[in-house]
Amino acid sequence: MASVTQNFMKLFRGTSSGTPAQTPQGGQKLTRRSSGLGELSRVWNAETPLCVLDLGSTSPTNIRFFTERAHKIYSEDLLVASTEPHLATKDDQGNPVLDSRRFLGDNLQYPAAHFDVVLCWNLPDYLDESLVRPVMGRLWSVLKPGGMLLAFFHTKDAGPDSPCYRFHILDKDTLEMQRVIARREARRGPTGALHTAISDGFRLQRVFNNRHIETLFRDFASIKFFLARDNVREVLVVR
Amino acid sequence: MSAPMSADLAQIGKSVVIKGELSGSEDLYVDGQVEGTIALKGNSLTVGPNGQVKASVEAKGVIVQGKLDGNVMASDRVELRKSAVVNGDISTQRIAIEEGAFLKGKVDIQGKAERAAGK
Repeated sequence: MASVTQNFMKLFRGTSSGTPAQTPQGGQKLTRRSSGLGELSRVWNAETPLCVLDLGSTSPTNIRFFTERAHKIYSEDLLVASTEPHLATKDDQGNPVLDSRRFLGDNLQYPAAHFDVVLCWNLPDYLDESLVRPVMGRLWSVLKPGGMLLAFFHTKDAGPDSPCYRFHILDKDTLEMQRVIARREARRGPTGALHTAISDGFRLQRVFNNRHIETLFRDFASIKFFLARDNVREVLVVR
Repeated sequence: MSAPMSADLAQIGKSVVIKGELSGSEDLYVDGQVEGTIALKGNSLTVGPNGQVKASVEAKGVIVQGKLDGNVMASDRVELRKSAVVNGDISTQRIAIEEGAFLKGKVDIQGKAERAAGK
C-alpha cells in the first residue's frame, strides 16, 4: 500500500438535532446534519455515474437516493455478516477471535479500485477488534485512487451502551439515524443461517482517539476530521 | 401467506426441489427450492416466504419474500419485501425495497435505452 503522502487534519464543527420520530417498527429516528456527508455530496452531484458502497444495514432510502442520481450502489452489511457463527475461532493464545481471513473470503469481494465512495458509517466502532484492520485494508484496495470513505467515530464521552444506528441519507448534508432496535425473533444472515446475535443490537467495542484513527487510515492519502456535538467525529479519508 | 391465484401462474410448492433450467411464458411462484437458472423474459417471478432460490434470474418482474442467491435481471421491476434476503446483483428499471429487507449486492437502475444497448 502507498505510504501517507498528505496527512492533514482540519477541524470543522457540525451539528446534530434531536427530533425524534417513531418508525412503524418502533425504532426511534433522529435527524442530524453531517458536515462529512456535505463535503462528500460534491462528488455525487457530479455528472459522472459513481460506484458507491454502503456498508450499513440495507437502506431503501440510500438505494433510492443514489439510483435516482444514476449512480450504482452496492449494499453490504458487515456488522450482520460478522455475526456468522462459523467465523468464531481462537488466536495463538487461545483467546476467542473472529477469523478475518474467512470473513474477507465471504465479504467485500470486489475488484481492486472499484469504488468512488465507501460509506463506512459507524462500522469501525462496532466491528470486532480482529476484523477492523483487515477490513480497512480491504476497503483501501477496493477504493479508486482519489476515492473517498466516510466513517463516524464516537468520542471518549460515549459510554459502552451508546446505541448503534443505521444511517439514511435524506439530502446532501442531512442524515436520518435509526436506532438498531432489539429484535425478539432470529433472522437469517447472508448465508441463510439463522442467528440471534443481532437481536440485542450491537455494542460499542472501543473508542478510537485521533491518533488511532490516523493510524487506522495511514495508507490513505489524506484524512479530514469533522467534529459534531453529539459525541461523534466524522472522518473523511481520500485514497 | 398463500400464493396469489391466477390462471397463468405456475406454482412450485414449498416441498418441491428443482435443479436445472427453468423457463416459461407464464408467471411463476416459487415457495420451494430452485437451483440453476430461471428465465421468464416476459413474465414475473415471485419467490414466496418459504422460497429458497439459488439461480440467476431473468424476468419482467421479480418479487422476493424469501431467499434469493443469484443475480437478477428484470426488464421492468423488482420488489424486495420485508422478509427478503437477497445475495446478488440487481439490474432493473424500477425497484422497491421494504424496510427490513436484506440485500448484499449491487443495484443498477437501467433505462430502456441502456438495456437495449446491453450496458
